Amino acid sequence: MKYGVNEHGYYGDFGGAYIPEMLYPNVEELRQQYLTIINDEDFKAEFNDLLKNYVGRPSPLYHAKRYSEKYGANIFFKREDLNHTGSHKINNAIGQILLAKRLGKKRIIAETGAGQHGVATATVCALMGIECVVYMGEVDMARQAPNVSRMKMLGATVRPASSGSKTLKDATNEALRDWIANPVDTHYIIGSVVGPYPYPDMVARFQSIISEETKKQLVEHTGKALPEYVLACVGGGSNAMGMFYHFLDDEDVKLVAIEAAGKGVDSGHSAATTFLGHEGVLHGSRTILMQTPDGQVVEPYSVSAGLDYPGIGPQHAHLYKINRAQYVSITDDEALQAGLLCSQMEGIIPAIESSHALAYLEKMKFNPTDNVVICLSGRGDKDLDTYIKYFNY
Amino acid sequence: MNRLNQLFAAKKDNLLSIYYTAGYPALNTTVNIAEALEKAGADFLEIGFPYSDPVADGPTIQHSSEQALENGMTLNKLFEELTELRKRVTIPILLMGYVNPIVQYGVERFCKKASELGVDGIIVPDLPMYEYEALYSAHFINNNLSNIFLVTPQTSPERIRKIDELSNSFIYLLSSSSITGGNLQLTHNIEDYYKRVKAMNLNNPAIIGFGIADNATFKKACEYANGAIVGSKFVKLLGEENYMEKIPAFVKGIRG
Repeated sequence: MKYGVNEHGYYGDFGGAYIPEMLYPNVEELRQQYLTIINDEDFKAEFNDLLKNYVGRPSPLYHAKRYSEKYGANIFFKREDLNHTGSHKINNAIGQILLAKRLGKKRIIAETGAGQHGVATATVCALMGIECVVYMGEVDMARQAPNVSRMKMLGATVRPASSGSKTLKDATNEALRDWIANPVDTHYIIGSVVGPYPYPDMVARFQSIISEETKKQLVEHTGKALPEYVLACVGGGSNAMGMFYHFLDDEDVKLVAIEAAGKGVDSGHSAATTFLGHEGVLHGSRTILMQTPDGQVVEPYSVSAGLDYPGIGPQHAHLYKINRAQYVSITDDEALQAGLLCSQMEGIIPAIESSHALAYLEKMKFNPTDNVVICLSGRGDKDLDTYIKYFNY
Repeated sequence: MNRLNQLFAAKKDNLLSIYYTAGYPALNTTVNIAEALEKAGADFLEIGFPYSDPVADGPTIQHSSEQALENGMTLNKLFEELTELRKRVTIPILLMGYVNPIVQYGVERFCKKASELGVDGIIVPDLPMYEYEALYSAHFINNNLSNIFLVTPQTSPERIRKIDELSNSFIYLLSSSSITGGNLQLTHNIEDYYKRVKAMNLNNPAIIGFGIADNATFKKACEYANGAIVGSKFVKLLGEENYMEKIPAFVKGIRG
């Protein structure tokens, strides 16, 4: 694969495994075993069976007719919001829990921003009868309260991260600390294409089911496997990487990644990493992150808890640097308006994360024959409170 | 031969190193604390430069880093202080911090500057061996800086051998696989680990860190290694009133 990872875990200048020695055995165990395990026929059979019968895959590729009329192109929604637990996060959680079982792990930890990855992890732990601890920033716990309750109901322990910005990056730090203290029996299910190698590659492979299905479904809808455009929102970037994965080598397909501009890229309250960031090291990989000239991580801001992260996965950093994908951003206001539009035109209330991707349609110009796929990464139930407050419903 | 190598050539056991965070408890305290520690009998010092996301640190050192950043500590500021420090302090100095601030400063420039200012070695917990060898080692070696690797109870013997090959001052043995500031619990497993490493007859001396907080833990560590490092316990002291006056007794208390 042209844009894939090399043997040392790098995508061009990005990636690697910048981890303290305390984590080396855990990460090395994964590195040595993940490909063997996930290519094993038994693993594949169990993974595919759960994706089909538990998650409800394949997720539909929905031809959004009213959107198509409005924007003058064939607009398709890849409906990850219809997955069990309400987002694409379950694809990766199922993959990693099956991997953790084969590694003989007895305990699972995870970090979560919007709570979707936490809910997905708590769900698969319940399914497998394995102890689950989820770290979540205090700020995110408040704004994603329904998901906190879901995780607890599923039997997980939710531990608040109270340092720094009290959001996703701090939850990630806490989860890493937990893993350092529990190196033998614990597997850390990272929820995005971030972290030390092999996580970015492993999570991308588990999420690549999104683009694999899309190609087949596009043929059924349009007679062609390749669309003109593929759009997805990017926090760490797992839904986008899953949505891009099987199109990466099809150079004619234009890939568009939408970041959260928050209150505006230059407002001081933003999470638009490629606009505001520089190359550096965060959470175990060399990537692009928002930081001071001195290398201190800048606290990001977005109305969307899932996009409120100061970095992007190393493969995204690579795709950005070599210009294989276009990285753009959408403000809180634009995203919330797009969420309302989608609700009222298509009868689908999207997660605010996904609304960022939808909002970018307003800024694009299409030919009438263009086929455009947008990853609807999650549903908006968890965000109702934010929508309600914004629109005064 | 830098000061660290000279120290290890001259003194084989009961070495005591103290860690503290630059810029904590206040800006411009780094030099006075170093001077007091040398006078009190510390053999070498680890000066931490703060980072916003220190994943290997426990609450005490993390708090000191947050405070130091609030106080305005930066690498440039620390380098200014080191100019003064070397006029007043002669024992070996290590800098300890995370890789991102070094990457932003520029690795080559960082090593050159540190060396010019009299720094003898660097500890970067999140800089793993592969990255060090492939991308960083030439700059360390050219500037006569030691790079210190960490070893945990989970580090394999093959990897310890490799670390020993790449090291040219000492190996930092973590008392447990954990973040800083834990309690040193001398279980049989830990003693077995110390014995296992000691029996490897490594080329480099070993210093034990994480969880060394009093004379008992220091003495125990010195049975298995050439010395020990005290971190969180000392950083806690720096949070107290009149900490400067308490430094001699603190060091004496550890040494016994």
